[in-house]
Amino acid sequence: MKVVDNLLGKVRPAFEKGGKLEKFYPVYDALETFAFVPDHTTKRGAHIRDSIDMKRTMFLVIVALIPALLFGIYNTGYQHYLALQEEGTFLDMILFGLWKTLPLVIVSYGVGLGVEFIFCIIKGHSINEGFLVSGMLIPLIMPMDVPLWMVAVATAFAVLIAKEVFGGTGMNILNVALTARAFLFFAYPTKMSGNKVWVSTDGGTAIDGFTGETLLSQAIENGATFYDTTGAYYASVSDSFMASFLGFIPGSIGETSTLAILIGAAILLWTGVASWRIMLSALIGGAVMGLIFNIIGPQISPDNLYLQVPWWHQLVMGGFMFGIVFMATDPVSAAQTFKGKVIYGFLIGILGILIRVVNPAYPEGIMLAILFMNVMAPTIDHYVVQGNINKRLKRLKTA
Amino acid sequence: MSKAIKIKKGADIKLIGEADKTISAANRSTVFALKPDDFFGSIPKLSVKEGAEVKAGSPLFFDKARPRVKFTSPVSGEVVEILRGAKRKILEVKVLADAETRYESFTPWTGGTDKEALINTMLDMGLWPFLKQRPYGVIANSEDTPRDIFISFYNSAPLAPEAAFVLKDEKENVQLALDALQLLTPGQVHIGVKKDDAFFDGFTGVQKHTIEGPHPAGNVGVLIHHVKPINKGEIVWTVNGMDLALIGKSLRAGQFKAERTVALVGSEVENPQFYTTMIGAKMDSICGGKLKGENNRIISGDALTGDAVSKDGHLGFYSSQITVLPEGDHKKFFLTEGWLAPGFSSFSLSKAYPSWLNPGKKYRLDTNLNGEERAFVVTGELEKVFPFDIYPMQLIKSIMVNDIDAMEKLGIYEVLPEDFALCEFACTSKVNIQHVVENGLADMRKEFES
Repeated sequence: MKVVDNLLGKVRPAFEKGGKLEKFYPVYDALETFAFVPDHTTKRGAHIRDSIDMKRTMFLVIVALIPALLFGIYNTGYQHYLALQEEGTFLDMILFGLWKTLPLVIVSYGVGLGVEFIFCIIKGHSINEGFLVSGMLIPLIMPMDVPLWMVAVATAFAVLIAKEVFGGTGMNILNVALTARAFLFFAYPTKMSGNKVWVSTDGGTAIDGFTGETLLSQAIENGATFYDTTGAYYASVSDSFMASFLGFIPGSIGETSTLAILIGAAILLWTGVASWRIMLSALIGGAVMGLIFNIIGPQISPDNLYLQVPWWHQLVMGGFMFGIVFMATDPVSAAQTFKGKVIYGFLIGILGILIRVVNPAYPEGIMLAILFMNVMAPTIDHYVVQGNINKRLKRLKTA
Repeated sequence: MSKAIKIKKGADIKLIGEADKTISAANRSTVFALKPDDFFGSIPKLSVKEGAEVKAGSPLFFDKARPRVKFTSPVSGEVVEILRGAKRKILEVKVLADAETRYESFTPWTGGTDKEALINTMLDMGLWPFLKQRPYGVIANSEDTPRDIFISFYNSAPLAPEAAFVLKDEKENVQLALDALQLLTPGQVHIGVKKDDAFFDGFTGVQKHTIEGPHPAGNVGVLIHHVKPINKGEIVWTVNGMDLALIGKSLRAGQFKAERTVALVGSEVENPQFYTTMIGAKMDSICGGKLKGENNRIISGDALTGDAVSKDGHLGFYSSQITVLPEGDHKKFFLTEGWLAPGFSSFSLSKAYPSWLNPGKKYRLDTNLNGEERAFVVTGELEKVFPFDIYPMQLIKSIMVNDIDAMEKLGIYEVLPEDFALCEFACTSKVNIQHVVENGLADMRKEFES
């Protein structure tokens, strides 16, 4: 640690005022504050401060994402070998997964941090930690075969348009990672939806019967009669539920395993980093909507089998879980009041399932639901806060 | 009606260095000082020049806007220095003390119903600044009639002295001060005491409320909010419970008796205990030779709301506590002490550090900011330590953008910076929230009081 300190001390003068690299001070500052919590002391107000800072908070979210990432890497390989019906050891699958996934992670971080650094250098701001999480979320909500240049374009778009133009971390209205995904979804739909993108068949030919459909698109045709990547039908709904819960299904890299996501959720809730109000109310919202469809489905539209997918099965399909655990809980774009969070989460759950089922053109309803509620969150908060204001005004009148 | 108030939101930050229950006399300070900065919202105008002879109770300066509010010398002696800062702002008025204190004499007040006489005595003697006004937290205006007067005897701040211990031999003086306060309001004098604290049972003429819960439960703002919150246009007064002994004693004697008992606490104090001293005493006379290291932060007040002073600085006007903490002016390597360390000796109200696993542990916290200032990102953390029916984040943001209308609607009249001290402690983005609130109050006052 002394070595690092000395090294930083040596290069520091070049970045300070009057130095050759003066303009790049934010980059130096980012590196220095990464390695050392600075020696800044309290100047006014409370003399002691909580140990928590933005880096710790963001780091904990990354830790929570690790189970989903690891499983995603494995599942990418697993689905690949399944589709080709080739023998693959566990290690083979991991290696294949890494080969597919790592470049996405690197591009996402490289481009995102690059844009962020450039902005901070131009503006002279210190570099914020926000992108550390966004940079990990973006690859996890991509299909593994998405071209790297698309990830780069989407990431740059998201960081610029969703974040920096609003003033940077803490000021954005939309969730940055979801904006990147929505951008690709609408700009390059062929690479982001359909049956071809969810399982990588690189370096081989898929067997006959291979489908590569996600459960979401299967449900449009067949309701809860699901089959796996090879086209083999699951024996029962509880079998497909289990496969989906554990994550052995095609889908975006990080979204398939509900179990891995729940481990992440446990970390987020245990450390208090994410709001349990949002997660729980979104879960309830999704369940309620699924239940409503289950009840009214057979009456109003017996042919639409999607309506009859059991509500508990809906919850483990697609990106619903990943969305409500990691995206909806982004504190900047979510509602900020306790009551607001409950309403916000509940509506995300309702809308997520509603869009998915009612408009099959948008199988990934949760993405749109969260983005829509991001926009609505300030309005929800406005009315919650207004309630508090009215209470105060009423007290004034009766006093 | 007496209320039993129970607070859930808040937190007790457990620091090492609680005061042992013994009281000794501090060394007699040779120089005493009054600091105009202690009096938020007042503009000082000097009454004396360097070299002037003063007695205890002689005015050193007064408030430019309300000349009847005088700030008087705690001791007799010679005005040796008027310390000025940038733009000739008066920082300290220093008095070199005589060996034997000579007192200015005033008409004593030992009871009765002559309100004007009482007010005059308090103004002339320099007791008036102990009365604070809400909203704004400035010194009370003697021309106002406060709706009620609130006093908290529950000091819940970190390492704060227990009122029942400090005031144990002062019951009569406290009662006299309470009698005086009753004369000043047509409403009631409300006192807040810690639940099960029997010491305050015998006081008459007051409305007693019991409070329990974590800090800031003992803040007088919390008491007001839960007993009878302040509406727009209303004025209430507050007095520190710890100051009542001094007020009562001075009123009885007709002399400004600036003596108080302070707790010298904190992890860097050798043997934390209580000392008797006087307002404005030099810190060195109290802490000299009793501190562990050299690189310390000496705070006149508690760790959350006090003022940093140097060893040559002076005890604040309102302080009944001196907290000494280690300075945190060193870098913390991210793996060993910083943001990626396991952090068993770090304290956090969040569960991001393991301190919540060991709730009884006491900590040696330093003054490092533990991070860098950022925009607000995390939500919900301020609400957990803010026991008011007010949205703290929204109020703070309305102050930051200077939206007077929103500040008023969101309840700024009911709060002072000290009520946000724990929010400031907890803030992940390291925003100096108390300073923001102070600015907001100053803006509001400018808008409505000029």
